[in-house]
Amino acid sequence: MLDDFFIRALVAGIGIAFVAGPLGCFVVWRRLSYFGDTLAHSALLGVTIAYSLEFSIAVSIFLISSVIALILIQLQRKTNLPSDALLGLLAHSSLAVGLVVIGFLTFIRFDIMGLLFGDILAVNKKDLFIIWFGGALILITLKIIWKPLFASTVNYELAEAEGLNPDRAKAVFTVLLAAIIAISIKLVGVLLITGMLIIPTAMARNLSDNPQKMVIFSIIGGLLSVFIGLFSSLEFNTPSGPSIIAAALVLFIFSLLKVKQTIQLKN
Amino acid sequence: MSIENNVLVKLNNVGLKQNQKWLVQGVSLQVEKGKIVTLIGPNGSGKSTTAKIALGFYKNIEGNVEKYTSNIGYVPQKISIDWTLPLRVNDLMLLTENLSDEVINESLTLTGVKHLKDKSLANLSGGEFQRVLLARAISKKPDLLVLDEPVQGVDFTGEIELYELIKELSLKLNCGILLISHDLHTVMSATDHVVCLNGHVCCCGSPSEVAKNSEYKALFGEQASQTLAIYEHKHDHVHTTDGEIKKK
Repeated sequence: MLDDFFIRALVAGIGIAFVAGPLGCFVVWRRLSYFGDTLAHSALLGVTIAYSLEFSIAVSIFLISSVIALILIQLQRKTNLPSDALLGLLAHSSLAVGLVVIGFLTFIRFDIMGLLFGDILAVNKKDLFIIWFGGALILITLKIIWKPLFASTVNYELAEAEGLNPDRAKAVFTVLLAAIIAISIKLVGVLLITGMLIIPTAMARNLSDNPQKMVIFSIIGGLLSVFIGLFSSLEFNTPSGPSIIAAALVLFIFSLLKVKQTIQLKN
Repeated sequence: MSIENNVLVKLNNVGLKQNQKWLVQGVSLQVEKGKIVTLIGPNGSGKSTTAKIALGFYKNIEGNVEKYTSNIGYVPQKISIDWTLPLRVNDLMLLTENLSDEVINESLTLTGVKHLKDKSLANLSGGEFQRVLLARAISKKPDLLVLDEPVQGVDFTGEIELYELIKELSLKLNCGILLISHDLHTVMSATDHVVCLNGHVCCCGSPSEVAKNSEYKALFGEQASQTLAIYEHKHDHVHTTDGEIKKK
């Protein structure tokens, strides 16, 4: 069954949606969407390193993204620049350096469009293993740090005062973000991974009145986006990443109707 | 040893310097089981900083903190819930501890906001929100309660009610309370020890002692010492937060 490229893409997408839902909620709650973007942009550099050293792509992306996150933390401490400027600096420079390096590696044929926007044909059986095994690890880790991470998202000082160690939870969460980018790059692409994290979550926000519901709805939103996106990618021969994100956008727009209704009910 | 003396937390001559400026310096105080210690002082006098030092937020402090409990309930001064995070009262209650429904109901009933349990936090008034925060802090039956301006945003009668509730709680839970007073005029009768801060300890003692202290008068003016009200009054009815009037 997994011999069919479309089934493989679907199975990969389902795995990614399950992980992206809960992580995406924290990205939105903690206002980290631009941070996620920065990590994703640096992933391209990870890909080039993987190709030139003949190293695993997922591991390489994971390492590079983690390094970029560390550099960011150092820059925040040592410079007077605001965080958004630092994020922009890292995002664009790592994307640029990645593309320049690709230019030098003339002996390898890169599908740049595939790297940037995802490729439905690119997912092989090994990728499926990485997505499902890595995804399970990410979810288990998230479950372990859920309490301190969530408490410090609501109020850092409260979590710290009551002994939950929010700094450790934050560091682990950063690693988890790097990990989901590493496992989802093939299907969704460098430029659109953050969309996969944020748009289903934004839709879920419109439909939920408590955090658990929001997590569940963002998983459902992600799954629907993957199904609709991949089927239309097959049908219209469009790149898989943009198709999935566009499907998520349509779901988000539908969810706005619900918000409108609630506002009318309140009045 | 200190368990026997009922000391929960003890600050020995602590100070904190940030950006070459002392936020507080030379503060010594201790909170014991069943006792209420109130910090008062003008804005920027280091009240919150002192409370945070007691909680162990800062690593590079001068002096030292002896802490004999890790079971602490905290009501921070400012807490703003982002609209992107949908949160009901019940979710907030479960924030740092896994509590049974029974315990949650009990705590919310104590602070008079049980009827708000399934409400979204975004829809609460300031006073209701403070009561929920207080309920959350007491729900895990802490040894030490640190309350940073717990009556902010509460109207005058509500303020007195909340202070009375805090007094009741200290007896019921037999916990120590470190309270930062929202305004220096209302240090309640239940306070055992008042510490008046202004970057350093300007004076301390029982409420009536502090009111008579000349440094306190110099800091807040003659009038303040007269209005350092000690609440000892009787009500024949109470207003519950859902708007009902109950005879006592």
